[in-house]
Amino acid sequence: MIKTKNLSFVYRKTDEDGGTAVEEEVLREINLTIEKGSFTAILGHNGSGKSTLAKHFNAILLPTGGKVYVKGMDTTDKDSVFNIRQSAGMVFQNPDNQMVAAIVEDEVAFAPENLGVEPKEIRRRVDECLETVNMTKYAQSAPSNLSGGQKQRVAIAAVLAMNPEILILDEPTAMLDPKGRSEVIKTIKMLNREKGITVVLITHYMDEAALADRTVVIDDGEIVLDGTPKDVFRNVEKIKSLGLDVPQVTELAYELRKKGIDISEDVLTVDECFAELLKILGGGAT
Amino acid sequence: MLKDITIGQYIPGSSPLHKMHAPLKIILTILYITVLFFVDSPVSYAIFTVYTVALVLISGVPLKVLLRGVKPMLWIFIFTAILNVFMTPGEIIWSLPIFRFTLKITNEGLAAGVTMAVRLLYLIMGTSLLTLTTSPLQLTDGIEKLLKPLRKIKVPSHEIAMMMTIAIRFIPTLAEETDKIKKAQTARGADFETGNIIKRAKAMIPLLVPLFISAFRRADDLATAMEARCYNGGDNRTRMKESHMTALDVKAIVISILAAAVVLLAEFWT
Ligand SMILES: Nc1ncnc2c1ncn2[C@@H]1O[C@H](COP(=O)(O)OP(=O)(O)O)[C@@H](O)[C@H]1O
Ligand SMILES: [Mg+2]
Repeated sequence: MIKTKNLSFVYRKTDEDGGTAVEEEVLREINLTIEKGSFTAILGHNGSGKSTLAKHFNAILLPTGGKVYVKGMDTTDKDSVFNIRQSAGMVFQNPDNQMVAAIVEDEVAFAPENLGVEPKEIRRRVDECLETVNMTKYAQSAPSNLSGGQKQRVAIAAVLAMNPEILILDEPTAMLDPKGRSEVIKTIKMLNREKGITVVLITHYMDEAALADRTVVIDDGEIVLDGTPKDVFRNVEKIKSLGLDVPQVTELAYELRKKGIDISEDVLTVDECFAELLKILGGGAT
Repeated sequence: MLKDITIGQYIPGSSPLHKMHAPLKIILTILYITVLFFVDSPVSYAIFTVYTVALVLISGVPLKVLLRGVKPMLWIFIFTAILNVFMTPGEIIWSLPIFRFTLKITNEGLAAGVTMAVRLLYLIMGTSLLTLTTSPLQLTDGIEKLLKPLRKIKVPSHEIAMMMTIAIRFIPTLAEETDKIKKAQTARGADFETGNIIKRAKAMIPLLVPLFISAFRRADDLATAMEARCYNGGDNRTRMKESHMTALDVKAIVISILAAAVVLLAEFWT
């Protein structure tokens, strides 16, 4: 679906006092292939280049070195730009800053309108997408009257209205309360599992990353870890040295193991942790 | 305070006024205003009043809501009325000497003051009726359609409409943010309420600077989000809510022209 080949990116900015060009290498030689139907989480601390990478997946930014292919289309190919953006929809962090229209259903209609879709078909898509994210009831509301989680679900619907095959989400839950977070994550999971949409989720919440099929950790513009969440979170020390955390239960298991308790390394969710602890305690108590 | 701006305070409804084709509604509102400025005699004022009241009744917009749009203009109202009452020469009915001036009210002045106030009132009511019965999207779409012929002389009709849409969308967001910053600065001891104009203007700086920084950030984010959804200007763009003229619109045209004709006839023939 998405393939990067030695992708590098350099921001050129002018120095504040001198006016001389300063170059900042944000991405270095990234080679990454995202499979169709997969759910990939991208982790990394602030400023590690996650957003910059994501913006390469739908031709908002173009590589300064290497290539990015989306469904086989080169993102530097000017004729494919709109095809690429339609195939790889993107949701951003701040729900307030990505809404154009003053009414929810108009917001969802924005993308298909841009694509020149027939009015009747737009109407159908808007109704369908609002249904998918469970926001039909709010079709006529103003975005400013919605909660953060509801706004992000509208933002997801607004992207789904392009019929994308890939959904890229750049820290969609960073500004939400726990309730909003869980609404949005549930929606994303459902889209991946039930609608077969390829998901790339950028996040700094470890429990969200643990839900993915694959976790990619980037640091200073480079991929440092890549594998299933279990494989990645096994490297507790390495992850901590990158300024990131592991899921709380993984950390608990790690600390217990350090104390000599024989608990599995592969504990990612509360349920798994509970089962493991029960195994150990069950053996000792009876 | 920013939240009181009437633009965008659309009252959803299903009256004939709500259902009218937006570009036509804009044109007919312009016609209404134009006629209003010819109205002078009591007879034509009476007819015009009947017409306006009829429109308000048809629209189903509560009078209270309609008058809310008048409130911010109250000072302009009073000022204009006073100016007219005291400044129009004519038959003096009341006078008060102050120093070397004489404050006097004339018959003609009184008439002019009342006329002007009523005219302003109707002007605001007419335009409010338009914005209250037309959703912001229909309104901007209507403006875009009306300006379309001017594209030939390089008037960016689509861009103007898009700017208006975004402005309307962001008014509540920015109002909320202003409120938040104001509270935060007040908590730190900033004082926005007291002092002379210069002092108060200075107090606004710690309010405006963060507001502007954040607005630019929002603009940047929004541009990216629009691009990501294949926005490419107005060419080849379709609309979900494509509206067309209906029989209702034809009736509206006939009624409006008739009303205008009757008012103007009353004005110039009597
Ligand atoms: N528009 C920009 N201009 C210049 N530098 C930028 C810009 N956006 C991001 N950067 C720089 O690129 C680096 C990576 O940023 P970003 O991709 O936003 O990281 P993340 O999303 O992981 O927090 C940061 O060091 C940041 O300073
Ligand atoms: Mg980021």
